[in-house]
Amino acid sequence: MPALLDVRAVTRSFYGVAALRGVTLAVEAGRITGLIGPNGAGKTTLFNCVSGLVPPDSGRIVFDNADITGARPDFIAQRGLVRTFQIARGFPRLTVLEHLLLHGPAQPGEKLSVALLRTGAMKEREAELYARAIEIARRLELTRVLDNTAAELSGGQKKLLEIGRALMAEPKMLLLDEPIAGVNPTLARAIGERLRELAADGITILLIEHQMDAIARLCDHVIVLAEGRTLIEDSFAALAENPLVQEAYMGRRKWAS
Amino acid sequence: MENYLIAMAVSAGLYALMALGLNVIWGMAGQVNLGLVGFFAVGAYVSALLTLKLGAPIAAGVVAGALAAAAVGAVVSLVTARLRGDYLAIVTLGFAETIRIVASNEIWLTNGTDGLSGIPGPFRAALTPEQFNLFYLCLVAALVIVVFALIDRLAHAPFGRVLRAIRDDEQATAVAGKYPLAFKVKAFAFGSAALGLSGALYAHYTSYIAPDLFLPLLTLYIKLALLAGGVGNNRGAVLGAVVVVTFLESTRFLVPLIPGLSHVQGAALREFIISAALIVTLRLRPQGLLPEARMHPVLEKEK
Repeated sequence: MPALLDVRAVTRSFYGVAALRGVTLAVEAGRITGLIGPNGAGKTTLFNCVSGLVPPDSGRIVFDNADITGARPDFIAQRGLVRTFQIARGFPRLTVLEHLLLHGPAQPGEKLSVALLRTGAMKEREAELYARAIEIARRLELTRVLDNTAAELSGGQKKLLEIGRALMAEPKMLLLDEPIAGVNPTLARAIGERLRELAADGITILLIEHQMDAIARLCDHVIVLAEGRTLIEDSFAALAENPLVQEAYMGRRKWAS
Repeated sequence: MENYLIAMAVSAGLYALMALGLNVIWGMAGQVNLGLVGFFAVGAYVSALLTLKLGAPIAAGVVAGALAAAAVGAVVSLVTARLRGDYLAIVTLGFAETIRIVASNEIWLTNGTDGLSGIPGPFRAALTPEQFNLFYLCLVAALVIVVFALIDRLAHAPFGRVLRAIRDDEQATAVAGKYPLAFKVKAFAFGSAALGLSGALYAHYTSYIAPDLFLPLLTLYIKLALLAGGVGNNRGAVLGAVVVVTFLESTRFLVPLIPGLSHVQGAALREFIISAALIVTLRLRPQGLLPEARMHPVLEKEK
């Protein structure tokens, strides 16, 4: 079975600083894959390249059998590859409900003419999206804050909203950038359980995370990035023992040799 | 005096149309536009020239004026697609000045700084000046209601929701699967149409337009109207326009009552009072008289 997301030799530099020096990785469908690596390894830059925010300098990115290298972010999202942001980047003045509705696909009312005419198709789709938003809010325990603006949410609620709005898009695959960083352990566990449920529903997940216990608990497979390259990939248990990974995170033992 | 009040009400209506247009561009989509008077002038000149030189019916001229302003708005927003904030402000300011300078110099078309006179008004010949004023007030009021209703529909539609998302974070909107540029161009064009409509109505009302009527000060008055009324609130846009026109006109009468001021000093004092009023408004009520609604439900049950 071919990989759902296939990244080949992707490079990207910023003003001469090479952030990605040829990343090659494949994410198989239906799994939770972890993407780890020390700070500056290029994890977020890779997400930016894959989601279309930053076009890669070279290399090729294939998602669901379509070449999406350098495509526009809205196009990639519409194809079912949806990302979240590390620092929950909501729309501060939109309510939680509006966030969720905004991410619903195929709303004809986003056309100027349809919006002016208030067609039946627009209202019908809005009612569907509304029902879906209510359901997602219930699953993520955001029901009580539906009418709050994003600016009024706690850090943990913002993280949940990130996942909620990604779900509204009916994705095939989620790119989650630190979905549990900075939230309390109880909530982190709860978010982890939600992610497990999503994977069980058939959504493929690639997630960046620094909390190794979460990676160990959630991920079927782990890819390690270091200095803009794919270092190694394996199950978490095997990687934890691997001296290459330890070196990438902790540095080399000078006195060893 | 009655005639004067009606003329002021007409001008408040024209200001309201512009403030509503600005509310789409700036209030909803967050695009700075300091070139309002340029779009207003495009609408005025297109409608005036079509009716004067080609003998087009006034209604056709007005519609063409609004459409021309919309087209120019679309072009301006495409050209400035990569600019934001202060940079967009400077370019739009320059755009309005360019329109004015072109109107001053293309004498073969616009009659230069002498301006265009004798622009026809609807039923002007058949009505007394008083009746014409009253008729025009009704016309402008009806159009304010229509434009208000249309823009309020946009605000309570998924289209408006995307605009407000772009206003907060353009990149995150793109990741949500929307193409921000398309929305920004549409918002800019739609808002510019309201500005052009206002300009065309102005031309047919006063029957005379000239480049020096289209100064940046008008842009600032409209911006002031929307700020005072409430950015992002359509009712606020209309209320703000009425407040600004009332303020501008009442100071015209009140300032000369202050003893010991020369005419020139009085005029300067008016400008000063208006600026001070803006600062006081922003200091005491930054969200405006009628703040933006917290949410914009598309369906009843979303409330």
